[in-house]
Amino acid sequence: MIAAAVAGGVRLLSGPGVEWRCARNSDAQRIYFANHASHLDFVVVWAALPPRSRQLVRPVAARRYWEQNTVRRELARHVFNAILVDSGSGSASPQEAARATTARICGGMGDRHSLILFPEGTRSPTGEVGAFKSGLYFLARCRPEVELVPVHLWNLHRILPKGEWLPLPMLSRVVFGAPLTVRPDEEKSAFLERARAAVTALGDGV
Amino acid sequence: MTLPRDPVLLMLLGTVFTLLVVASIAGWAIGHVVTSDAARATMANVNARIRAWWVMAGVFAATLAAGFTWSILLFGLVSFLALREFVTMAPTRQGDHRPLAWGFFVVLPLQFALVWAGWYGLFSILIPVYVAIFVTIRAAIAGDTQCFLERAAVTQWGLTICVYFVSCVPALLTLRIPGFEGQNVGLLFFLVFVVQLSDVLQYVWGKAIGRRPLAPSVSPNKTWEGLVGGVLCATAAGTALWWATPFSPFQAAALAFTIGVMGCAGGLIMSAIKRDRGVKDYGTLIPGHGGMLDRIDSLCFAAPVFFHLTRYFFAR
Repeated sequence: MIAAAVAGGVRLLSGPGVEWRCARNSDAQRIYFANHASHLDFVVVWAALPPRSRQLVRPVAARRYWEQNTVRRELARHVFNAILVDSGSGSASPQEAARATTARICGGMGDRHSLILFPEGTRSPTGEVGAFKSGLYFLARCRPEVELVPVHLWNLHRILPKGEWLPLPMLSRVVFGAPLTVRPDEEKSAFLERARAAVTALGDGV
Repeated sequence: MTLPRDPVLLMLLGTVFTLLVVASIAGWAIGHVVTSDAARATMANVNARIRAWWVMAGVFAATLAAGFTWSILLFGLVSFLALREFVTMAPTRQGDHRPLAWGFFVVLPLQFALVWAGWYGLFSILIPVYVAIFVTIRAAIAGDTQCFLERAAVTQWGLTICVYFVSCVPALLTLRIPGFEGQNVGLLFFLVFVVQLSDVLQYVWGKAIGRRPLAPSVSPNKTWEGLVGGVLCATAAGTALWWATPFSPFQAAALAFTIGVMGCAGGLIMSAIKRDRGVKDYGTLIPGHGGMLDRIDSLCFAAPVFFHLTRYFFAR
């Protein structure tokens, strides 16, 4: 019930037009990966999904933000069922940290959950799609049968820019594109560039 | 407060629904007769528009019947949807975030609250004076000076067109016209009916015999033939409604004519903004019509002129 209310509220506030260029209702496990510009992003993607998918999808989000206070922690745990990851590398080397995070996310997916993921790792202040970090590639290698669905979020960087706390009720758009898969011999950088291009291309003509 | 005199309202709404029934049957019949692909596409769009008219007329009728407060809430919502579309396509920067937040969450509700309270003195200067001062101060404090003048104009214009001008529509309900007490809903109906009918008739006349474009670089669909035919027919329709207003037939004709011309001008201005920003429509809210702002562009510019003329010449 809380989930339905949150989804309805977000849709009302951010007035998203939602466009599906792939099957909307699918039982396949999917990784929805989108460009990142605001703290609203994953809630907007989540609210755009059909209710059945919403129950099975788990957003990957920064622990630092979502464990900051009780409301956020409860929302992340019980409403969004988020997989919280540490964005800082801590004491381990960056590569080891990335591997550990990938393993954590893979484990969190199990054999029924889908993911919402922002491969840029940080919010873009201008709405431009930045370079993708490696996480998406490692996940795709670890779970090659999963559908990788590119998602373009339009105008979110103006609705809730970095450093602001009150969203402006402007219109936004969410476009779900055709799924990708990683090719057997594909290099990491080539795949990440292809994935980024897929997200960027969905924003053309919006 | 100003409850409608029921038989009048029923007759007015009956007129609208009769027109819609006739339009629906005609649209359906013509859609079956035409053969060329272009004509079929046009009729599909016309029929989508007519279906949307049913919904809009239904909402409008229900709110008018529900009374004063509901009418203000309806136009407050219309104003919100219009402002959201305006700001979405406008070139704003992060420095405009806080000023716009004040616009959405404080200025807009306050403006309609002032209409509700009937506080004309503040209602008429809140946006032209106090928004111009305080919201601009907020933008200056935000510190971003790039394109400052343009951005201040965007905020000011957005609030003027989408909030101030729209709030003039329900403000008609607060006018005190001797001998017309409790019947102001007729004024509101007169304005909305004439301006929207004038839009439709300008479109129909333009499609039928339009040759000379009015302002081809702004709006290729507007023609002199459409303007003259549409405004004259809407003037005739407005004149025929004089009995629901405090006006004599001649006064009703003059005001309906003014509304039609102002409506066309409003459409032209809002088209110029769209062209400048490179968008075709302000939104996709109303099937066949575009966004809320595409539908009410003419109303926005006719409402303040009609409100002030009526207030100056008829109200106490």
